[in-house]
Amino acid sequence: MPEITIKLNNEIRSVNVEPNEILLDVLRDKLGFKTPKHGCDRGDCGACAVLLNGKSVRSCLILAIEVDGQEIVTVEGLSKNELTPLQKAFLENNSFQCGYCAPGIIISATELLSNNSHPNRKEVQEALSGNLCRCTGYESIIDAVLEVSKGGK
Amino acid sequence: MDKFNYIGQPVTRIDGLEKVSGAAVFVDDIDFGPELLYAEIVESTKAHAIIKNIDYSEAEKVPGVVKIFTGKDFPYKFGLYMKDRFIFAQDKVRFVGEQIAAVVARSPKAAKKAVKLVKIDYEPLEPVFDQMKALDKNSILLHPELGDYPHVPWFFPKAKTNIAHWRKTRKGDLEKGFKEADFILEDFYEVPRYAHCAIETHVAVAKFDYSGRLTVWSASQSPFTQRNLFAEALSPLGLSHKDVRVITPHVGGGFGGKAGVTMEILVAAISTKLKGYPVKIRWSREQEFYNTYQRLGVKAKIKLGAKEDGTITAIDHKLYWDAGAYVEYGANVVNAVGLSATGPYRIPNVSIDSFCIYTNLPPGGPYRGFGYSEFLFGLESHITRLAKKIGMDPIEFRRKNVIKEGDTLAYGAEMNPNGLHQAIAAVSKEIDSENIPKTNDPKKVIGKGFSLFWKAPAMPPNASSAAFLKFNEDGSLNILVSGMDIGQGYLTVMAQIAAEILSIPTSKIRVENPDTDRNPYEWQTVASHVTWSCGNAVKKAAIDARNQIFDLIERTKKLSKNSLYLEDEKVKSKTKPDFVLSLKDFVINGIQVEDGTFKGGPIMGRGMFMPEFSSTDADPETSQGGHPNVHYTTGAAGVILEIDKKTGKMKVLKVAEAIDAGKALNPDLVKGQVIGGIVQGIATALYEDMRFDKNGKMLNPNFTDYKIPTSMDIPEKIKPIIIEVPQPDGPFGARGIGEHPMLPIAGMIANAIEDATGIRIKTMPITAEKVALTVLKKEN
Repeated sequence: MPEITIKLNNEIRSVNVEPNEILLDVLRDKLGFKTPKHGCDRGDCGACAVLLNGKSVRSCLILAIEVDGQEIVTVEGLSKNELTPLQKAFLENNSFQCGYCAPGIIISATELLSNNSHPNRKEVQEALSGNLCRCTGYESIIDAVLEVSKGGK
Repeated sequence: MDKFNYIGQPVTRIDGLEKVSGAAVFVDDIDFGPELLYAEIVESTKAHAIIKNIDYSEAEKVPGVVKIFTGKDFPYKFGLYMKDRFIFAQDKVRFVGEQIAAVVARSPKAAKKAVKLVKIDYEPLEPVFDQMKALDKNSILLHPELGDYPHVPWFFPKAKTNIAHWRKTRKGDLEKGFKEADFILEDFYEVPRYAHCAIETHVAVAKFDYSGRLTVWSASQSPFTQRNLFAEALSPLGLSHKDVRVITPHVGGGFGGKAGVTMEILVAAISTKLKGYPVKIRWSREQEFYNTYQRLGVKAKIKLGAKEDGTITAIDHKLYWDAGAYVEYGANVVNAVGLSATGPYRIPNVSIDSFCIYTNLPPGGPYRGFGYSEFLFGLESHITRLAKKIGMDPIEFRRKNVIKEGDTLAYGAEMNPNGLHQAIAAVSKEIDSENIPKTNDPKKVIGKGFSLFWKAPAMPPNASSAAFLKFNEDGSLNILVSGMDIGQGYLTVMAQIAAEILSIPTSKIRVENPDTDRNPYEWQTVASHVTWSCGNAVKKAAIDARNQIFDLIERTKKLSKNSLYLEDEKVKSKTKPDFVLSLKDFVINGIQVEDGTFKGGPIMGRGMFMPEFSSTDADPETSQGGHPNVHYTTGAAGVILEIDKKTGKMKVLKVAEAIDAGKALNPDLVKGQVIGGIVQGIATALYEDMRFDKNGKMLNPNFTDYKIPTSMDIPEKIKPIIIEVPQPDGPFGARGIGEHPMLPIAGMIANAIEDATGIRIKTMPITAEKVALTVLKKEN
């Protein structure tokens, strides 16, 4: 089994992977990071999103072996010290209901704000359009992202 | 009006920090160590067939395969309201995707590989997919043994037919009612099946340990119901309820799909034959679509009569439900509608027939709304159409006929207090006051639609809730209950109720997810009843704890307990203003008295609630005599819809929805339910579209082909409106609101389309294609 080395949540980690193993399973089962979730296993729902070199990707569609030498951030990495302003806004706005899609949405919104610190409503909707949430109707999620954007953080 | 510190406040979710930080643990996130085994399912490829032979000799040879199980290993029936299911198919399969066997292996990959090598020899039987065809006298029977199935006393199966239950409700004199009518409208409506689409699929892990106890970790709305059904089904193995433990961590959405028992029974059963090993099944998205529950489809015929002045005189409502291959839960959807298909209207002469019909499609079961969305599509379409026929404004027509507190329901009981009139007024105002800019595009038209809704919890008359509440040394509180926070905010609201009674901030209260060993009984988190039912139990538990506190103070401080009250986490006295004692000073360690000894001890509250007025004992021919529904939650909704007549594409410009929450214990969470429910409702009305091929195989079991809303698909404006007409037996006047927001959506949209285009669409979903083609047909 080949070994890959990645920077995962700011820590260098090495792990042996099968050539056909998806990143999602390696993160969850071999490295212990459980915030990326299984939802559809075909890139439809976004629950498995992680940041790969700062870009939101679906870890169910990426082979682990492809990310050798690259940097991955999951929600565990974002939460390490204190919550990010975005996470705080999600908390204060009661943005999530069941919370299963939350990690993926936090990742996508984090990517959006890192590229565009003052998105408008339409841009927020577009950025989150690859993350399915069945509970909220998205309003409370969009409001929280816009709130952070207005705070200029 | 009472002043509250926590009730009615937009308190931040107490599970919010776990969910935004990533700390929240779901079943799939729990580690079970290297002994964990994975089960994969061999599924039926036939909709209706006799299983002649199962050959798994090749599958057994796959390295990593531990054991293969079939129906022979578990010849046990199960089911919630009617025992019509087997753990694995026995001699017969009844839908495509039904579980025939399971391969248990060291890895999911080995199990999946082996599953493909299992050979099933079928003798095909004729399948029935259409419920009307299944009613035919000559139709093949799905369950020839129907007459022998155990069921609850309020079901009436018709042996030697495909009718698993027939709910009849009769009131007044139907013939006379239609004779009195100046206008009668009769028509058919059709609603297909839908899928819940919680983002977390079903996951369950079971371990039967060496001491013979069974623990199941499951993604469920129903820990105690699961324990009960596991214990019942597996009782031949000598299991008792005390030996079965169900643990339900956070659940990633339910919408009814994770109520009762579906795939969890598989690991529960399998594990009993693999002592010591945890065994896991995680349903794929495909399995989630076709082998949990689906929302039932229905074909309905409505005949409605009214006088010239707009008074409704009679309704004849017949509903033929496509309930699927097994109806152990779904038959109660049919039952619920059979009692309530008058809608929220005062109608003196009523006939309702609600038929639960077996078909060779996946089992129908609970889905947010429990049948009410389905019948309201037809009924609310029909109400608007009859109003127009009479020449009345559809909203005025509703106002004239809307049911009031004290009116007699179709089954003879009295209607509860409700805010329907306020809801109609608030929604009308909100829709009428909206300024819609005129479009210059001649293809675009704008319509307005309106709908009322109501729904009662459908539950056994003795469904109950219980709560334990225990103090900690610092005066903080842990509450043990067994409802599930499926996203609605149940844990937070239970904390708010205890906070209000005990003057403890919600930030100092933890409400635990269920573990049937430790948390007290709850029937299930379904029916929009937990806020009301478990809320009452928590309130009682908090009052019980408060009584213990006051008793202890009276005993040790010589202060009358009637003079005591709680404020800011302290006991205070109305008669002795300088007396102040912090809860943290005594709720665990007691109070020291003059002789140096201590009195008291840990304060623990307990509370339970059962609706003691409820009963299903009624005449099966009329449904008169019982009190099957505890109360109805009601409301109204309106929409402004833009339609492109050329493409049929629709844009929801605004939805206003008013719901009578009794008392909104947390208005922010109520609004969350309203907005989420509206968006789910719009999707079912406009584009969620389940397809089966001619052999009964679902063609689109994924989110690429079965579209659910994304963040781009939401209305431009949503206005949630909270009405508060207290429910006398609810905690602080509250009643449930979880399912209701999606109930009026489909009918409301159909009404808006007619308003804009003059076309009336009577089948769901009302896709852009359907609208465009219907417009085209009309214009040519």
